[in-house]
Amino acid sequence: MTAHLKQDEPDTANFLDTMKQGVLGKPVSRIEGLAKVTGTAPYAAEYPVENLAEGVLVTATIVRGEVVSIDKDAALAMPGVLAVIDDKCLTTRAAQGTANEAPQQNPRKVDYWGQPIAVIVAESFEQARDAAKHLSVEYREEEGAPLDPSAVEPEEQEDETVDQGDLAHAMARADHAADLEISTEGHASAAMEPHAAIAEWDGDKVTVYASLQMLNYNITELADSLGVDEDRVRLVSRYVGGGFGSKLGVSEEVVAAAIAARAVGRPVRVVMSRQQVFQCVMRRSETKQRLRLASDGEGRLDGFGHEALVSNLPEEDFAEPVLQSSHFLYGGKNRALKLEVARIHRMTAGSVRAPGEAVGMPALEVAMDVLAEKTGVDPVELRIRNIPDCNPEEDLPFSSHKLAECLQQGAEKFGWDAGARKPRQTRDGEWWVGTGMASAARVHNVGEARARVTLRPDGTAEVRTDMTDIGTGTYTIVAQMVGEMLGLGVDDVLVQLGDTDFPRGSGSGGSWGGASIGSAVYLACRALREKLAKKAGTEESDLALRNGAVEGGKSLADLLDGQELSEEGHYEPGEIADTHTASGFGAFFAQVRVNRFTGETRVDRMLGAFGFGRVLNAKTARSQCLGGITWSIGAALTEALHFDPRDGHLVNCDLAEYHVPVNRDVPEVEVLMVEERDPVASPIQAKGIGELGMCGGAGAIANAIYNACGARVLDFPMTPDRVLAAMPD
Amino acid sequence: MRPFDLQRPDSLEHARNLSTGETATLIAGGTNLLDLMKLQVEVPERVVAIDRLGMNEIQATEDGGLRIGALVTNTATANDARIRSDYPVLARAILAGATQQLRNRATTGGNLCQRTRCYYFTNIDQPCNKREPGSGCGAIEGIARLHGVLGTSSSCIATYPGDMAVAMSALDATVEIVSADGSERSVPVRDFHLLPGDTPWRDNVLETGEIITAVTLPALVEGKQLYRKVRERSSYAFALVSVAAIIAMEGDTIARADLAFGGLAHKPWYDPRLSDLLVGKAPDAALFDSAADLLLENAQGYGENDFKIPLARRTLAAVLAEATETEL
Ligand SMILES: Cc1cc2nc3c(=O)[nH]c(=O)nc-3n(C[C@H](O)[C@H](O)[C@H](O)COP(=O)(O)OP(=O)(O)OC[C@H]3O[C@@H](n4cnc5c(N)ncnc54)[C@H](O)[C@@H]3O)c2cc1C
Ligand code: SF4
Repeated sequence: MTAHLKQDEPDTANFLDTMKQGVLGKPVSRIEGLAKVTGTAPYAAEYPVENLAEGVLVTATIVRGEVVSIDKDAALAMPGVLAVIDDKCLTTRAAQGTANEAPQQNPRKVDYWGQPIAVIVAESFEQARDAAKHLSVEYREEEGAPLDPSAVEPEEQEDETVDQGDLAHAMARADHAADLEISTEGHASAAMEPHAAIAEWDGDKVTVYASLQMLNYNITELADSLGVDEDRVRLVSRYVGGGFGSKLGVSEEVVAAAIAARAVGRPVRVVMSRQQVFQCVMRRSETKQRLRLASDGEGRLDGFGHEALVSNLPEEDFAEPVLQSSHFLYGGKNRALKLEVARIHRMTAGSVRAPGEAVGMPALEVAMDVLAEKTGVDPVELRIRNIPDCNPEEDLPFSSHKLAECLQQGAEKFGWDAGARKPRQTRDGEWWVGTGMASAARVHNVGEARARVTLRPDGTAEVRTDMTDIGTGTYTIVAQMVGEMLGLGVDDVLVQLGDTDFPRGSGSGGSWGGASIGSAVYLACRALREKLAKKAGTEESDLALRNGAVEGGKSLADLLDGQELSEEGHYEPGEIADTHTASGFGAFFAQVRVNRFTGETRVDRMLGAFGFGRVLNAKTARSQCLGGITWSIGAALTEALHFDPRDGHLVNCDLAEYHVPVNRDVPEVEVLMVEERDPVASPIQAKGIGELGMCGGAGAIANAIYNACGARVLDFPMTPDRVLAAMPD
Repeated sequence: MRPFDLQRPDSLEHARNLSTGETATLIAGGTNLLDLMKLQVEVPERVVAIDRLGMNEIQATEDGGLRIGALVTNTATANDARIRSDYPVLARAILAGATQQLRNRATTGGNLCQRTRCYYFTNIDQPCNKREPGSGCGAIEGIARLHGVLGTSSSCIATYPGDMAVAMSALDATVEIVSADGSERSVPVRDFHLLPGDTPWRDNVLETGEIITAVTLPALVEGKQLYRKVRERSSYAFALVSVAAIIAMEGDTIARADLAFGGLAHKPWYDPRLSDLLVGKAPDAALFDSAADLLLENAQGYGENDFKIPLARRTLAAVLAEATETEL
């Protein structure tokens, strides 16, 4: 049976709060943690498949043009080489998140330096790699491919454009105005586990072990790429060593492994090198942004402008949604928002953790800091003053809104000084010390999800869904959800994820996993409870289950009486998404020190206060926030992709030269969870968490740098050279 | 990775015999060589592992210095009590480099010979005169953020990326080398690395078949020893600019000033004129400025790395101020 819900109405009953087990929301450690730290949890390249051949991708060394010929014979003559494959079905870009169809194919057409054009299969990885490096390829290059986003005529993303009232006029007559140009550089997901896949055919069916975030979509993308029906494809992704957007869509090695395995009649493994992961999966686009804020004497916004230029390859639908939260975060009736995309021939731009807000929010929050200084209003108070009653562009109510509480509680916990603010008030030896803050916002999404929950005769439960756990804690929150609903301890729930033979989950992306799959599991459990209630002779709403038994009554095993009960939960987002604006909100506070001589910036401490609905697991939720704040530090200070100006290739393509923060960069970080129940976000009142922690944090650091030393840095990341260039004498 | 033969001699003599010929490459900790072999930047036909040759002790020398064997790991050097108390600039420089895991493998000899981190050098599908003589320099008109501003040439602007050798240069240490025929020679660290000139493929003075056996530190020196490494990430990043300094005061004037710089050139940069300028003078902002003027007299930026010139000036001032306790 399937328990289905398409949520069209708010759910204010908060049914979960009446459950008795008391395990949901608790800081339960990851249930798969032991397997991971002891090395027994297999990642994509580690599944024990026999008779494996090894595939290595060959990548293009021109920007744009055509592969005219490949000297396959020479490669085939090399030791161990089994095949040189340039099948027209090989994919040349990773699919965008939820694309649900094949990405660009045809490896003969080259659109960026580093694009896969073939895969070489050999007995050993080393042989395949050597042959790949040696492969002689003749190209016909089409000169003049544009590479610089500011040198081309951009395309306007019309659905993002807002033009309300008259912003220019509002700016001209405002008591205070801020007009800034801010730039951010490209980011990489930099997940630890490289992209990898093992493909094995059995007759006309293929099983692919891969590292992917959204199997429900990936299976369609892979089947479409191969030109086979979906029922001939099985994808397995039980453990994913980080995704951060880079594994949302099916990537090149997955399709290559399947094609190669079919060609050589043997299972084939394709693992991308670290350089390939950087150069041919996904980049976050660089951005150029203009922020315009016009306010009255008290800092109340009358005008709000946010424009952004981003880039991508031709034929890509994705445009870094920089303005996503700018549409509703602050008021101001004269509004001008515009997003433009420059078509250039760098690698594909796509989702990297918190697409949009990760770079849009820090820029907006720097502009707010400038306005706070001009108006003399405390930065925390300025934000509170500008919280709109409803979405200022669409007149939609908010599903729930904890920005003010986060700002206030965060300020208090951090020890924010609301007194007059001036740069260079505190010096500690060579270091200027200062504080800054920013709001956090990240739109909330949910996706369709199915999960099957089975109560076994012994009173334990099993959950099956192709939902993934990309290191976020999905295994654990699913077990907690079942435990809470069915009165079981976490140890009595077996969670099986990451296999398309199971009911289709939502996948992990856009922070929607917890709320979406949690809702499907919740629905399945409600249906099971109905049946149990009948057996117990009571109403479902009165059925109190705890520690494997009806409270004061029979154990589950007795109630089941040798039978198994199984239900599938099916959750679908409904109309409610169109009648409300749903977002997570929060606030960041940072204290930094800036070296007066070298411009080096180090974060002393940071605090994030976040409201994201029901907390499903206090520990994994906090970990998500810590991770987000760590990414904020990276975006603020260290992370930048550098592209060669002549061929557009990504030059800093490894973890030594693409600088994610190290332990020493991440000091004392405090997380305050301002818990709430969001009746619109999902039937379990939970919202997305994973990305919120980096939506604005870099702005808090920028503002703290200004407060510390007077350098108003408008280019992220704020590396020592940029801080020095902006530092007053 | 290309197939290669691995040889593992157990005496220095045997190693010397094996390492003659263009096609042989020594491997110590392997933390640099193996990465480059995977990328096919290095394609040796024979790899000679020197891990059984001893050379892994730190010993006192007759004239009161220390002799650090070529195979002593960076961790062991940085943790050595004598190094920490008498040559803190060296311990600090090593600890400012790489990560604990890398330092556990990295050796004295390997660290001296580590190759540049130039993005074009490590990508065999890009031009690079160092890797492939005559193919051009990808960095000069490309992304040159890591690159040099001193002693560059029109064929190469790469930097020597290491930290350890910068401190050794300030300390005026000596590299001990044995050649294939068994003859020995000593080269001051200050002369060990070469400028790129029109032979950028030569990183240092080692000839084919030569093996570094040790680095010798001179007797204990007076003064404050500092190592300052500037980078946007606080660990596990190569220097944008680094300064190793040994500064002694006599009363109100500077009595000793040995300075070496990392991140600026194809070698640890040592300019003897700085010491001449600083010694005998009272430290103040104007003096530090003139030292920077001298240091950077011929500095040339390549766009992306222009910032290194003012950054070197400011870092030098910070180090001199700290060492001489001057308030700036
Ligand atoms: C990610 C990363 C970050 C790093 N960060 C830093 C940093 O911040 N600062 C820093 O200083 N270093 C850094 N390093 C470099 C590191 O210090 C070197 O890789 C290491 O010192 C090399 O020593 P090894 O023994 O492993 O050398 P190997 O890799 O074994 O050899 C390197 C070279 O030296 C030659 N060689 C080795 N021993 C001898 C000998 N006795 N005689 C002659 N030739 C010899 C080899 O033939 C080879 O060409 C980093 C390295 C990595 C991978
Ligand atoms: S700077 Fe030197 S190492 Fe870098 S590309 Fe040019 S020649 Fe090669």
